[in-house]
Amino acid sequence: MTWTLVLLLGAGAYGFKVLGLVLLGSRRLPPVVLRCLALVPAALIPAIVVSDTFSSDGELVIDARVAGVGVAAFAAWRRAPLIVVVVLGAGVTAVVRQVA
Amino acid sequence: MEHVPDPALRPVALASVTLGVAIGVFGVVFGVGAVSAGGSIAQACVMSLLVFTGASQFTAVGVIASGGSMASALGGGMLLAARNAVYGLTLSQIVGGSLLTRLAAAHMTIDETTAMATSQAGLRAQRTAFWITGATIFVCWNVGTLVGALAGSAIDPLTFGLDAAFPAGFVAMVAPQLRHRRALLTAVVGAAISLVLIPFSPPGVPILGASAAILLGVPRPDADDDPADLPGTAGVP
Repeated sequence: MTWTLVLLLGAGAYGFKVLGLVLLGSRRLPPVVLRCLALVPAALIPAIVVSDTFSSDGELVIDARVAGVGVAAFAAWRRAPLIVVVVLGAGVTAVVRQVA
Repeated sequence: MEHVPDPALRPVALASVTLGVAIGVFGVVFGVGAVSAGGSIAQACVMSLLVFTGASQFTAVGVIASGGSMASALGGGMLLAARNAVYGLTLSQIVGGSLLTRLAAAHMTIDETTAMATSQAGLRAQRTAFWITGATIFVCWNVGTLVGALAGSAIDPLTFGLDAAFPAGFVAMVAPQLRHRRALLTAVVGAAISLVLIPFSPPGVPILGASAAILLGVPRPDADDDPADLPGTAGVP
């Protein structure tokens, strides 16, 4: 983590916000662009979950995190509150890590 | 209608406080994750103040945590920030005022403020909901980040499984969106791309590669795929 990353991401994120709200205003974007942009979180977030769960230094690994995130995913699917999902994910990982 | 006094806004204030508490919890998770990924407390806090769009911050820090380069972290974070430009298009119909007001409003152009503002009836209620929600979330997100960063530096993250708190928080964040068929398919494809790329590419690249899955948005929606249901497009004119 570097200050360069913090500042560049800050500038870039604000740039996108200003682009839409102030510069483009009420102009219309092609529907196909809107449909693709709407799918960005669905495409990237599960990829991050997979990457944070199964990878370590560029290798595929299976360790305590898989159990924790698996339980968290089940809880999220059952519509458990955020705090429950997070505590279950961390707690199960910690316990499995101690036992293993 | 323009002069209905504040009782009409009480549900908005209540909803934004409830939302604020949830965002505060996310902020704590972010703060913990940021310091676990090697960031300082100051870096975590300044990122939340300046970037102020959760998913981008989670992505950037997630890439760094898995050992990725700064370019990959920035790329992933920017991809997720791009959707705020779409929200800006919607909100430009709601937020008026001087250039300065709109530049301030731009900073609060995120998922939650867009959702809260567009769900109100009438311009005045929409505008008030936008500012109330924006201010509440800004405070909660930043206080949460500080608390998480302090806690994360005080304890050993691995002992408490905090490295898994991050992906668990992500799962909770994305789960509601995956109830739409096309978003679910996109998620499966994105996760599969990432999984396949992990052993063959530097950290961070699998996440950027997964962005190819957004091309599933190219075909026109069919009858059972209501476009208004797709996340992020609600209310876009």
